[in-house]
Amino acid sequence: MVSHSVEASLRDIESTNPWSMVKRALVRWEGGLVILLAVSLIYGWTVSPYFINWETFFFAGLNFGEIAIMALPLTLIIITGEIDLSVASMLGLSASILGYLYMHHWNLWAAMGICLLVGVAGGALNGLLVTRVGLPSIAVTIGTLTLYRGIALIVLGSNTAEGFPGWTNRFSAAIGSTHLAYDFAIFLVLAIIFGVVLHMTPLGRSIYAIGLQQEAAYFSGIRVKRIKLGLYVVSGLLCSFAGILYTFQQASSASDTGLGLELNVVAIALFGGVSIFGGRGTIFGVCISVATLASLQASLTGINVSAQVQSIVTGCLLLLSVLVPRGLEYLGRFRGQSQRRMAKEL
Amino acid sequence: MTVLGVVVRQESWRDRFVTRVLQFRELAIAVATVLVFTLTWLNNSSFGSSASIQQLLSGPSVVIILAVGETLVIVTRNVDLSIGSILGLSAYLVGDLFVHYPTMPVVVALVAGLLIGMVCGIVNGAIVAYARVPALVVTLGMLYIIRGIDAIVVNGIQIEPSQIPHSFVTLGAGVVLGVPYLLVIALVMVVLVGYVMQNYRPARDLYAIGSNPEAAVLAGVRVPRRIFGAFVISGSLAGLGGALWLAEFATVASTAGTGYEFVVIAAVVVGGVAIFGGSGTVFGAALGALLLNTIDQALVASRVSSFWNQAVAGFLLLVAIAFDRYISARAERLLRIRGAARG
Repeated sequence: MVSHSVEASLRDIESTNPWSMVKRALVRWEGGLVILLAVSLIYGWTVSPYFINWETFFFAGLNFGEIAIMALPLTLIIITGEIDLSVASMLGLSASILGYLYMHHWNLWAAMGICLLVGVAGGALNGLLVTRVGLPSIAVTIGTLTLYRGIALIVLGSNTAEGFPGWTNRFSAAIGSTHLAYDFAIFLVLAIIFGVVLHMTPLGRSIYAIGLQQEAAYFSGIRVKRIKLGLYVVSGLLCSFAGILYTFQQASSASDTGLGLELNVVAIALFGGVSIFGGRGTIFGVCISVATLASLQASLTGINVSAQVQSIVTGCLLLLSVLVPRGLEYLGRFRGQSQRRMAKEL
Repeated sequence: MTVLGVVVRQESWRDRFVTRVLQFRELAIAVATVLVFTLTWLNNSSFGSSASIQQLLSGPSVVIILAVGETLVIVTRNVDLSIGSILGLSAYLVGDLFVHYPTMPVVVALVAGLLIGMVCGIVNGAIVAYARVPALVVTLGMLYIIRGIDAIVVNGIQIEPSQIPHSFVTLGAGVVLGVPYLLVIALVMVVLVGYVMQNYRPARDLYAIGSNPEAAVLAGVRVPRRIFGAFVISGSLAGLGGALWLAEFATVASTAGTGYEFVVIAAVVVGGVAIFGGSGTVFGAALGALLLNTIDQALVASRVSSFWNQAVAGFLLLVAIAFDRYISARAERLLRIRGAARG
């Protein structure tokens, strides 16, 4: 398996003629996603001529902003070969603490500061248990998924926090006269930052190295534990930030805010071509994945398909995201075999 | 568990110590359960009443049945996230059968639930085992697909208690010789699967696959077939769990069983089944489910606000994982010392 992929990547580097580069980009998962995005946009347009307008764009951004923000640090964590299932619980915890403190007459800015601190602490707890105690991340974050949601329940109980100051309303509207939702704009800025860090810095290369061969990365001097811990802290921070945005957008918060969203966040990252085994995936892929799912959701909602039934589409796309690359791999191996046989016969 | 296999044959005192440490895992959960029960009982005498104990024992039955199936899958170093959705779909479809055929015998209903789950398990297993793609992604996809199919089937119409025949509801609430029916079914499953897991070769293969997949292939284990089997059983038990869920609550909406996958995995992990496969028993998983439910009920009986339940469960889960890590590190070190002594 390993030698096979090394062979393939060497072949990638060697061939530089433009046609093979185009072919490679199309064969890559991200290429397929771009085509799927185009198809879903055309489909939406044929269903309703009103589909492609700014309003659809605004609502799609509003719906997916927080999930997309949480998907960015998760992408990096999955590339290192770990996982974080506690993201949505952290969002709920942050929203609950914000609501609780505001109801107890705290200054809103101070309350937001506390939320972000809680996010950092929660992320650090995940990270320390994974890196220092050496526990499997899937078990740890299923534990903290329950724990953080449980703390949110203790904090807010069955209450709903409402009545946030007027200026927070703007988070459910577009920025100025544009059609860009605030949370989606923040996602775009963060995506650029994450993209630059992952694809253009030594830190980014280290993250891939950890995911491909953790031992080799360690012996070549990469601070594996420190980087993983850092990623979990960033994840906690951004999830609590997403919780604040979500609260303002909904103008209310409860202990079940964002319940079950962790699966959507994981689905976005995996659908974006991030390998669950680590070492593979791009921020571009995740962005296209967000756009594709948002456009599919908008077009399906346009023809009155309920949100629950839409989950069939999400599920099928997830299955495709692992089955298609596997199928291509088989095809490639089959072709390689027949080429070798032909060479032998000649 | 491979450790255990070595141990039984060689009988030195160190080996026996390792065995005992490993067996201690399940004993510790049982002791913790009894401790929680006793402390709560001293605090609130009605906690020890027979009605309360029946509730304590029948409450986690459905989770236990799902945990048995999940254990088989986790032991092979895979995971099944779709069980909550399978439970929901099976519960609704069995309910729907009762709406159309009110005179359907109870056994037929249970078998129907089992078969519905089996179909889902076959799809999961075929994709994971034969296409060799990660189980986490496949079963997450199936979680969505099955939930979506459920939503189409339900179409906004709930199953009401009046539509479920009395004989079937009795199964959910009734007792035989003071033992709840649900618990009897769960115990039969645990003992049956637990016995098979300890004594039959195909089941031992599951542990071999989870301990070291490459070595299992080299040892001639038919890895895809065994993994397929584990998923089929997990799906079938989730389907059976769905039918029992209907018997217990007598009402089903399209959201039934949402989030159940994490409850079940929590019980399995608390029960000492290693999340990376190769060790753990269905008895442990069942005890894990019993412990988590007992704590839930104890918090209620101690008049602690029920809002605390989930946080306590999460904390316990982390403690259990850390404890498991400590034990396995100790066992490994003991084995290494023994190996060094032999030279």
